Amino acid sequence: MFKKTLAELAKGLANKEYSSVELTQYYLNRIQKYNQTFNCFITITPEKALEQAKAADAALAKIQNQQNKVGLTGLPIAHKDIFCTKGVKTSCGSKMLDNFISPYDATVVQNLQRAGAVCLGKTNMDEFAMGSSNETSYYGTVKNPWDLNTVPGGSSGGSACAVSGRLVPGATGTDTGGSIRQPAALTNITGMKPTYGRVSRYGMIAFASSLDQAGPMAATAEDCALLLQAMAGFDVMDSTSVEKDVPNYLEALKNSIQGKTFGLPKEYFENNLDPIVAKCIDEAIQVYKKMGVNFKEISLPHTKYSVPVYYVVAPAECSSNLSRYDGVRFGFRCENPQNLEDLYKRTRGEGFGSEVKRRIMIGTYALSAGYYDAYYLKAQKVRKLIAQDFKAAFEKVDLIFTPTAPTPAFKIGEKSADPISMYLSDIYTIAAPLAGLPAISFPGGFVNNLPIGIQLMGNHFCEGDLLNAVHQYQQITDWHTKLPKNID
Amino acid sequence: MSLSREDVKKIAHLARLQIKEADIPTYSENLSNILAFIEQIDEADTKSVEPMAHPLEQLTQRMREDKVTEEVDRTLFQSIAPLTEAGLYLVPQVIGGQPHQSNQETEPDLAE
Repeated sequence: MFKKTLAELAKGLANKEYSSVELTQYYLNRIQKYNQTFNCFITITPEKALEQAKAADAALAKIQNQQNKVGLTGLPIAHKDIFCTKGVKTSCGSKMLDNFISPYDATVVQNLQRAGAVCLGKTNMDEFAMGSSNETSYYGTVKNPWDLNTVPGGSSGGSACAVSGRLVPGATGTDTGGSIRQPAALTNITGMKPTYGRVSRYGMIAFASSLDQAGPMAATAEDCALLLQAMAGFDVMDSTSVEKDVPNYLEALKNSIQGKTFGLPKEYFENNLDPIVAKCIDEAIQVYKKMGVNFKEISLPHTKYSVPVYYVVAPAECSSNLSRYDGVRFGFRCENPQNLEDLYKRTRGEGFGSEVKRRIMIGTYALSAGYYDAYYLKAQKVRKLIAQDFKAAFEKVDLIFTPTAPTPAFKIGEKSADPISMYLSDIYTIAAPLAGLPAISFPGGFVNNLPIGIQLMGNHFCEGDLLNAVHQYQQITDWHTKLPKNID
Repeated sequence: MSLSREDVKKIAHLARLQIKEADIPTYSENLSNILAFIEQIDEADTKSVEPMAHPLEQLTQRMREDKVTEEVDRTLFQSIAPLTEAGLYLVPQVIGGQPHQSNQETEPDLAE
């Protein structure tokens, strides 16, 4: 059963092969069995889940064999612990919110609930979404189901691991510098960051407000389309939400991709790329060529500035966003504060982990008097240049084709002592959020039994084209069907 | 840009973060390395380039009518607060009482 995709499970529910309650209990049992090993769930919500499943079964009874009306009704999913879930602990992977029971639901949570999905729990993540390995969580490291000594990637490591090990067939994640796509690549699943503004950020704990986006993580592009269809849409509660209709992503999957042009940015294929990874990418290129896609070399000249620009902009925005954690209205408060300054400093000093403190300090420095122009303002200008590179590229090509990560999953502890080496693992994913562009990672092969992910980037609001391109690839390849050992 | 102990303490104070004395050297090293890495952006030619604050450049801030549309459930929202009384959030005394000694001689300025 756990080998089935969301789409297959939906058919099963429509054909009354099983009920949502049975399906939910099945996955809850799997979570119970494997979470100790993987550590991918922070909170499991069996009672709520079974309540939602019962309601879904009642709804399904009314639908009666109209398969295309089932949608997500009755399907089990998990939410990254960055999404506020009413009445349920929402920790953002941090001691600062270890005691936080959210009084409201994020829009993404509401949307998926309205679509009938059943939430089984909240997944582990790098603290406040800052990390690329899920090693900074207050709740401990998440293990990669493909090799328990390696990382699943981050910051959506818990969601990636949960889907990879099939503890749930689908999950939500967030992506600010690559936090959906990089873990998807390291765990052999499909994950997508939509265009900035496509999915509401209301109730999604803020890290970097001009970069953050929520997105789907599942085995296939088809499943991601199912999830995104429910997640996306204008939200009056998010002032950066775009008033644009959501197209039918499932319909778009079937389109032919013959005659499309994919760009290969030369800067992404230079020194940093492991030659064995490059070989997987080449094979994927051949598959696409057989489907009638043309490949064209392009240049994104400001690529080398992407990581440094991000590490000015994101910490600057995070230093502002995380200033709300002051021990006054909610969350952690230090013991016996002596005065207001002591309250703030010890609450924040004790409540935040070192990576979070590091980024807050970089951000504070970059925004402080005397440094604002040299760092933040300069970074915003270079960000504009990076966005312009993409704009020019999309005049020549339909989609851009790159590796997702420079190497397969690295060992736990390998990069955690050197922040910059960790930051560089996002080298291919980090430009898309800077330009606000949608991008998807999908399974493209293996190196030493570890998965390799391939990335496609599209122009603004081209989610349908991205899902279509990956779906067509997944019709004639089977990398996405491969499962880790020992998860039966 | 290399950061000294004093620099780290100043930034930590601005960010209202307590950093243990013993950890200052590590923070100083890591932050200095990160800043050195970031400084690459200086090479880019940004003459007459407008700064990009966010990706939705064509859009302006959406406004709404100044009408109350939400219910504020104070009891619910304050049920998760560390300390409250009579609808107020309680913090250590701010006005009156003993003035406290700050670590800094003068308050560093924040950017305008």
